[in-house]
Amino acid sequence: MSDRLPGFSTLAVHAGAQPDPTTGARATPIYQTTSFVFNDADHAASLFGLQAFGNIYTRIGNPTNAVLEERVAALEGGTAALAVASGHAAQVVVLQQLLQPGDEFIAARKLYGGSINQFTHAFKSFGWNVVWADPDDIASFERAVTPRTKAIFIESIANPAGSITDIEAISTVARKAGVPLIVDNTLASPYLIRPIDHGADIVVHSLTKFLGGHGNSLGGIIVDAGTFDWSTGGKYPMLSEPRPEYHGIRLQETFGNFAFAIACRVLGLRDLGPALSPFNAFMILTGIETLPLRMQKHCDNAKAVAEFLAGHPAVASVNYAGLASDKYNQLARKYAPRGAGAVFTFSLKGGYDAGVSLVSKLQLFSHLANVGDTRSLVIHPASTTHSQLDDAAKVKSGAGPDVVRLSVGIEDKEDLIADLEQALGA
Amino acid sequence: MNHDAYPDIYIRGILNSVKSIAMVGASPVNVRPSYFAFKYLAQRGYDMIPVNPGHVGKDLLGKPFVASLSDIGRPVDMIDIFRNSSHIMPVVEEALTLDPLPKVIWMQLGARDDAAAAKAEAAGIKVVMNRCPKIEYGRLSSEISWMGVNSRTLSSKRPPAPTQGMRLSLNRMSVGGGETAASDRAAKNKSEQS
Repeated sequence: MSDRLPGFSTLAVHAGAQPDPTTGARATPIYQTTSFVFNDADHAASLFGLQAFGNIYTRIGNPTNAVLEERVAALEGGTAALAVASGHAAQVVVLQQLLQPGDEFIAARKLYGGSINQFTHAFKSFGWNVVWADPDDIASFERAVTPRTKAIFIESIANPAGSITDIEAISTVARKAGVPLIVDNTLASPYLIRPIDHGADIVVHSLTKFLGGHGNSLGGIIVDAGTFDWSTGGKYPMLSEPRPEYHGIRLQETFGNFAFAIACRVLGLRDLGPALSPFNAFMILTGIETLPLRMQKHCDNAKAVAEFLAGHPAVASVNYAGLASDKYNQLARKYAPRGAGAVFTFSLKGGYDAGVSLVSKLQLFSHLANVGDTRSLVIHPASTTHSQLDDAAKVKSGAGPDVVRLSVGIEDKEDLIADLEQALGA
Repeated sequence: MNHDAYPDIYIRGILNSVKSIAMVGASPVNVRPSYFAFKYLAQRGYDMIPVNPGHVGKDLLGKPFVASLSDIGRPVDMIDIFRNSSHIMPVVEEALTLDPLPKVIWMQLGARDDAAAAKAEAAGIKVVMNRCPKIEYGRLSSEISWMGVNSRTLSSKRPPAPTQGMRLSLNRMSVGGGETAASDRAAKNKSEQS
């Protein structure tokens, strides 16, 4: 048995999935069950005490979900992963392991509007205080570090304008501060960017987007890079200190370089409860099998659409890092050489009214609040995803009133361009 | 041997070939990692011998404790050391007095003593440091995948359903260069940058 390194597409199809031991089923079965029978009382006690491998209850783990977890961990190059009900749930579970009330985390100002809301309002009620920094100004992250800082959070390709974040530069700040770097890799997917290769310690995803890819199932995932030492200085007691919930087990000591993923499962998911439905896990797994094919087509289409828009007289500007003229093009060439993603914004010379008119006239692009679907999507962030921000914050996060966001699908690019052309026309 | 990252083929070879394992520092306290690693390896069919001078006269899951390696009184294939790094050397020195010598000395997750490893390797003994045999067995058999862990192996073969006392196949195709820690490369790159 020789050891060789399979390629990304092979992992996308095979990682985590083997024929079912009981039935021989080759596709991953949907284990639609709440709970799993113990062999005997000793087996049950071993499972509850985290001493044996196995399933207890679907809120803690499920065999279908486990295939999804290993698949994404393999694609991202991590040691382990935990699937949860949504991308938002992934963020709650991650930060619960890292922050105590009164602690801080630094977040890039350019984020999905829903994350900005979650960090600003919901997390504030837990006593987790977000401190904003500008991903275009690395020094702003350094200035934001205090003794209470417990983590740094960024997006690899940032919503809504598809800007590229300098992950390595920010990972240097995180390392110096002695805190983990969390990267939301939703808009890139591991096909375009693998943040762990650039210094990320934790990767999170909304699986709802490109990984699932078909706009049919919500899901989120947390990937442990296995790179962070949680034992130093008692800074991360969920990992370094004996856990009363589990007879005094220390998670880092017991689970080594996948202790963070275990903490998210046995302290986060178990107690907060945002479990992923095994049916959704199955749908997302099926999507991931074609991720490399879809993602390349998404990127190729997005570039063609961006080039068309950049040359259109009704368009004031296009923010797409795949264009040679874009301010993020250098970073895109470094971090995402296969393509700069498929989510980007442009602004219309006619401002807000022109944006509303465009959205209403489009025939193929669907007006809705999602990205990363096979179908092409359009939205006006200022009135939807980013509507809860004040005007200044809208502009800062790239969602000004004249901005339209596209998520370019995998249709024929000629048809997408024709649709935009007719909608921009009269 | 590079002790930062072991090829899967090396770990697989060890776990497929050893039959008896003496665990130094085995604990009868059922929430200690040494207890449940001992139990797991016994369930997977290894002939386990608990070594701990504080518990002589008692037994661990039916196996009597011995005070030291030299008290085992029969050949042993592998010594698994559940002690802190600072207590490794005396155990290795004692292991080197055994006749026949053990084939493998394994130091648990968190334990590493490069000088002790060099001594053992000079005597022809294979050494593994800072790893857990339970985790590695679970990973190479993919049993650990039940917990969302990246086994870094692939297989299109139908596995048997695991039961008590059963040895599992470790002969799956390795991924990620086939090393025991996927993170080692990332960790190394990080330290080089700083």
